[in-house]
Amino acid sequence: MNHPDITAVLESPAFKRLVARRWRASMLLTFVLFVVYYGFILLVATNKPLLSMRVGDGTLGIVLGVMVILLSWVITAAYVIWANRHYDPEVRRLRDQIR
Amino acid sequence: MQSSLGTPTLPAILFFLSIVALTLVVTYWAARRTKSAAEFFAAGRSVSPFQNGLALAGDYMSAASFLGITGLVALSGYDGMIYATGWLVGWPALMFLIAEPLRNLGKFTFADVVAFRLRQTPVRIAAAFGGILTLLFYTIAQMVGAGNLVMLMFGIPYNQAVIIVGGVMLAYVLFGGMIATTWVQIIKAVLLLFGVTVLSVLVLSEFHFSIGALYRAVAVRYGEAALQPGGLVTDPIEAISLGLALMFGLLGLPHILMRFYTVPDSRSARLSVVYATGFIGYFYLIIPIVGFGASALVGREVIIAMDRGGNMAAPLIAELLGGTPFLGFIAAVAFATILAVVAGLTLAGASALSHDIFLHVIRKGVATEAEQVRVARLATVVFGIVAVLLGVAFKGQNVAFMVGLAFAVAASANFPPLLLSIVWRRFTTAGAVASIVTGAVLSVGLIVLSPTVMVDLFHAPSAIVPLRNPAIVSMAAAFLAGIVVSLLKAEPRADALFRDEKVRVYLGVGAE
Repeated sequence: MNHPDITAVLESPAFKRLVARRWRASMLLTFVLFVVYYGFILLVATNKPLLSMRVGDGTLGIVLGVMVILLSWVITAAYVIWANRHYDPEVRRLRDQIR
Repeated sequence: MQSSLGTPTLPAILFFLSIVALTLVVTYWAARRTKSAAEFFAAGRSVSPFQNGLALAGDYMSAASFLGITGLVALSGYDGMIYATGWLVGWPALMFLIAEPLRNLGKFTFADVVAFRLRQTPVRIAAAFGGILTLLFYTIAQMVGAGNLVMLMFGIPYNQAVIIVGGVMLAYVLFGGMIATTWVQIIKAVLLLFGVTVLSVLVLSEFHFSIGALYRAVAVRYGEAALQPGGLVTDPIEAISLGLALMFGLLGLPHILMRFYTVPDSRSARLSVVYATGFIGYFYLIIPIVGFGASALVGREVIIAMDRGGNMAAPLIAELLGGTPFLGFIAAVAFATILAVVAGLTLAGASALSHDIFLHVIRKGVATEAEQVRVARLATVVFGIVAVLLGVAFKGQNVAFMVGLAFAVAASANFPPLLLSIVWRRFTTAGAVASIVTGAVLSVGLIVLSPTVMVDLFHAPSAIVPLRNPAIVSMAAAFLAGIVVSLLKAEPRADALFRDEKVRVYLGVGAE
C-alpha cells in the first residue's frame, strides 16, 4: 500500500474534504437523533403531566413515541440520500485516481 | 376465555412442521453452496441489501420483542411503547457511525476492525472475549425464553423444548452456515411481519379501523393511566443510561455486525440499514396496537392468569380474533423467531472462536481454507452445545435482565474500541485492551451489584450500586480507559498504518 497515487490522494485537499464532510454529516444526524430520542425519554422521566395531555383519543406521549420512530426513518433516509448524491460520486472520482 | 394454549393443536403442529421443513430444505440447498470460509461466515458476500435488511430484522426482532413488548403494552399500557422506541433508535446510529467503515475494514468479525492496525494476539483475545460475553448473555435469555414459550404454547417439557431449539438451529448453522442462517432469518422476518400485520388489522377491525376507538376502549376498561407514562422511566439518569445501552448496544452486537459482511460493498451495507430500519420501525409502530388490543379485548386478568410476565398476550389475542388456526400460526412464528435469532448468535460465536481465536491467535493468521471451515463447524457445535446447556442450567431463573446485560456489555466493551479504532489515529493495542476490559468488567460488575440482581433476584434489602442501568458509567469509563491508556504510550506502527486504514474506510480500496 505504498503506491505513490495513494499518498497523493490521501494528501489531497479533496480527500481531506471528503472525510471531513462525511463526519460532519454523520455527527449532525447523530446529534439530531440524540436530541429527539434523549429529549423524548427525558420528557418521559421528568414531565409526565405534559405527556399525559390528551391529543385526540390518545395522549401527547403516544404521539411523541410514534414521532421518534418516524424521525428515525427520516434521518436514516436523509443520510442515504446525502451519501448517494454527494459521497459516492466523490469516492468514485478519488478511487479512479489511484488506478 | 377458553384457550387451547398449552395443548398442541393440529394447526399449530402443521404450521410448526411446515416452517421447520421449509427451513431445512433451504439449509440443504445452502449446504451445497457452503464450502469456503467466506461462504460459511459471510454467505459469499452475495446477499442483496434488501435481503440483508430483512435478515437483519430477522436477526434482531426476538421473541422478547414480539411477545414481551405486546405483553408490556397489554399490562402496563404506554410504558411498553417507551421500550418499543428504544429498540429502534440504535439503527440510525449504526448507520451514521459504524456500518460503512465496518464493511470496508473487516472480513468476518468486528474484531477484524479493532485489530486492523493493532497487534493481533492481545486485541483478538480481548475482542473475542467481549464479543462472546455479549453473545452468552443474549443466548441465555433466548434459550430460557425458548424453553418457557415452547412449553407454554405447545405443552412440550422445558428441557425437551431447549434441546429441540438447539438441535434445529445447529442443523441450519452447521450445514448451511451464513447462507442458511440468512434465509432462515428472512423467512422468519417475513412471517413475523405478516403475522403482526394481520393481528393489527384484526384488532383494528374490531374498532371500525379507528385507532382512537381502540384507545377509548382501553381507557374505559383500565383508565386514562393506560395511555400515560407510568413507573417504568422515572429517574432521568436511569433513563439516559438505559437509552445509551439500547442505542449503542446495537452497535456492539457481534451477530448484528457480522451481517454487514454478507453484502458486496459499503454502499450495500448502507442500504441494508435503510431496509432494516424500515422493517423494524414498522414492527415497533404496530406492535403497540396488538398490545392495546389484547388489553381491551382479552383483558389483563386473563393475560396474567396465563403468564405473569404477559408473554401470552399476543397468542391470546390471536386466538380470540383468528381462532385456533391463527393461534397455531402465531405460535409457530414465535418459534421461528427464536430459531432465527439463536442461529445468528451461534454463527457469531463460532466466528469469534474460529476466526479470531483459532486463525489469528493460535495460528497467527495462517491456515488453509479447509482447516478454517472445519474449525468453524467444530466451533459451531461447541457454541450450540453450550447454548443448550445454558438453557437447561438457567431453567426457572428470571433471566429478563440478561438481554439488558447483553446490551450493556455490547455498548461498553465492544462499541467504544470499535469506534475509537475507526476514528482515532493514536488508538493503541494497550488502549483497545484496556477499553474492552474496563467496559466488560464494569458493566457486568455494576449489574451484579445493582438492585436488578441484588434486590430482585437475591432479595437483599438494598443494593450496593443504586443504578439499575450501568451503561452511563461503564460506557464512559471504557472510552476514557481507551483514550488515556493510548495517550500514555504511543504505538508508532499503529499510527503509521492509519493511512492504509483511511484508504479502506473512506474509499473502500482493498476491502474484502
